[in-house]
Amino acid sequence: MALKDITLGQYFPGDSILHRLDPRAKILLTVFYIVALFMAKNILSYSLMFATLTGCILVSHVGFRVLVRGMKPILFIVVFTAILNLFYTPGEGEPLVAFWIFKIYWEGIRTAFFMVLRIMMLISCTFLLTYTTSPILLTDALESLLGPLKKLRLPIHELAMMMSIALRFIPTLIEETDKIMAAQKARGADFDSGNLLEKAKALIPLLVPLFISAFRRADELAVAMECRCYHGGEGRTRMRQLKYAGRDYTALLLGFGLCLSIWGINLLGVF
Amino acid sequence: MENPILKTEHLTFSYPTEDAPKVILDGVDLEIQAGAFVAVLGHNGSGKSTLAKHMNAILLPSGGKVYVSGIDTADEERLLDIRRTVGMVFQNPDNQIVANVVEEDCAFGPENLGVPPDEIRTQVDAALRAVGMYHLRDHAPHLLSGGQKQRIAIAGVLAMKPRCVVLDEPTAMLDPIGRREVLETVKKLNVENEVTVVLITHHMDEAAQAGRVIVMSDGKIVADGAPRDIFPQVEMLRSVGLAPPETVELMYELRKEGLDLPLDALSDEECAQALYTLLSR
Ligand SMILES: Nc1ncnc2c1ncn2[C@@H]1O[C@H](COP(=O)(O)OP(=O)(O)OP(=O)(O)O)[C@@H](O)[C@H]1O
Ligand SMILES: [Mg+2]
Repeated sequence: MALKDITLGQYFPGDSILHRLDPRAKILLTVFYIVALFMAKNILSYSLMFATLTGCILVSHVGFRVLVRGMKPILFIVVFTAILNLFYTPGEGEPLVAFWIFKIYWEGIRTAFFMVLRIMMLISCTFLLTYTTSPILLTDALESLLGPLKKLRLPIHELAMMMSIALRFIPTLIEETDKIMAAQKARGADFDSGNLLEKAKALIPLLVPLFISAFRRADELAVAMECRCYHGGEGRTRMRQLKYAGRDYTALLLGFGLCLSIWGINLLGVF
Repeated sequence: MENPILKTEHLTFSYPTEDAPKVILDGVDLEIQAGAFVAVLGHNGSGKSTLAKHMNAILLPSGGKVYVSGIDTADEERLLDIRRTVGMVFQNPDNQIVANVVEEDCAFGPENLGVPPDEIRTQVDAALRAVGMYHLRDHAPHLLSGGQKQRIAIAGVLAMKPRCVVLDEPTAMLDPIGRREVLETVKKLNVENEVTVVLITHHMDEAAQAGRVIVMSDGKIVADGAPRDIFPQVEMLRSVGLAPPETVELMYELRKEGLDLPLDALSDEECAQALYTLLSR
């Protein structure tokens, strides 16, 4: 297990147009993209979605390698879904392959293929959002987009704060896990061999110190935040103000256009 | 003299426990004048951190009073005024940094105080310049060295424009280079920005650079004075579980052998000079 591979929530600073878009616009665009993705039904719409994503990745300068690396931890889920879809999609006509109780139909291959593609694109587009947006901006944007819900007394500011602190501490805790693991390995702990149960058991001496330290950190952080006059969202200002620019409206229009075209393609029923 | 920036009047404190409460601060009377550089020494558990936490109302006294530039810390209405006057820096820089970007972390304090955005910008830039971290303002803190992280923590406090900064063992987790960086920064703040500094430390050589040293033991102040007056009291320091600075220790041992050496040679240079004068006599 290479913990450094976890790029979840990581931010790669840069100066591409994607980096410069307003974070609220980016969140909305991601939502548009996901909606479009779930409407897509055929090769034409998938190609369009794929082309859009590839274009965005190229523009962002994040690099496909990082994206693929980030996807490693969820590879298992992808393969699992693919296999389920492959075997359990009933089809008309003769099965392509049949052995024992398994039958694979053309439809199965098709569904599995599209399902894998959909999951990969879904994850890529959310990764692209976090890779190109600083976590603080991301949470600011969420807080601002969900702002109207504050009227319903939902703790939006608190949620946003929790999220940004969680993101802030991911690298620290990963580093710490690596350290504890190294310390345990030096004393003969073995995290890599054995069956699943043994592996899970080996994790206990790792998790206990990690949790204890996380609680201590939380305690100290709370005091430090209080010392810096934190007293909730009331009366708080922000150094960086979010402002929509022309490019954000253009991007939103394009995103909306994408949804419309997928809908249109479905309506026309090509492929 | 004008109003002291920090003042405690017979401050006592004990953590509320079920069984007999253990007294942690036992009648501390202390005045710190604005602009001072005060070091606080004491063995583990002597109550230094507890005292520090009283200086910006993180803890409230069980008995006695604490005043921050004249404001009683028990006055809840003035809590933000107290905390923006006295900033606090702790031992572990990782647990004080709230944001993923240096300048955004630095802005956290002024944001909480409701300062308008463009003013926050100037305060943050000034604070980062003061600690020499302006060039790293858009970096991720977790990728920086310990000394750099601690300087960011100091900048985060400075951005609130405090009149006083209390540092609780800010160098305890740092390597020698980081320690020097942080100490230089602290001294510079005191001299150039006229910020009152209270430095809690276990390092005698750091305390020796302060203008005033306070020695604590079991919740009481047992000695208070200029480093030159405190450090030569070797027996007293040893009796409260502290080791005198190495230079003083050397002089002390040599004096026991009957050599005529001054005990107040605190810095390496002074020490070397004293030995040189003795030998060339
Ligand atoms: N939250 C707490 N509850 C109960 N007792 C506490 C708590 N925090 C500290 N203490 C006790 O208070 C005493 C003084 O602690 P304090 O942290 O002020 O000492 P210190 O001088 O800062 O020591 P160190 O040099 O180790 O930092 C210690 O005996 C400690 O056990
Ligand atoms: Mg302490």
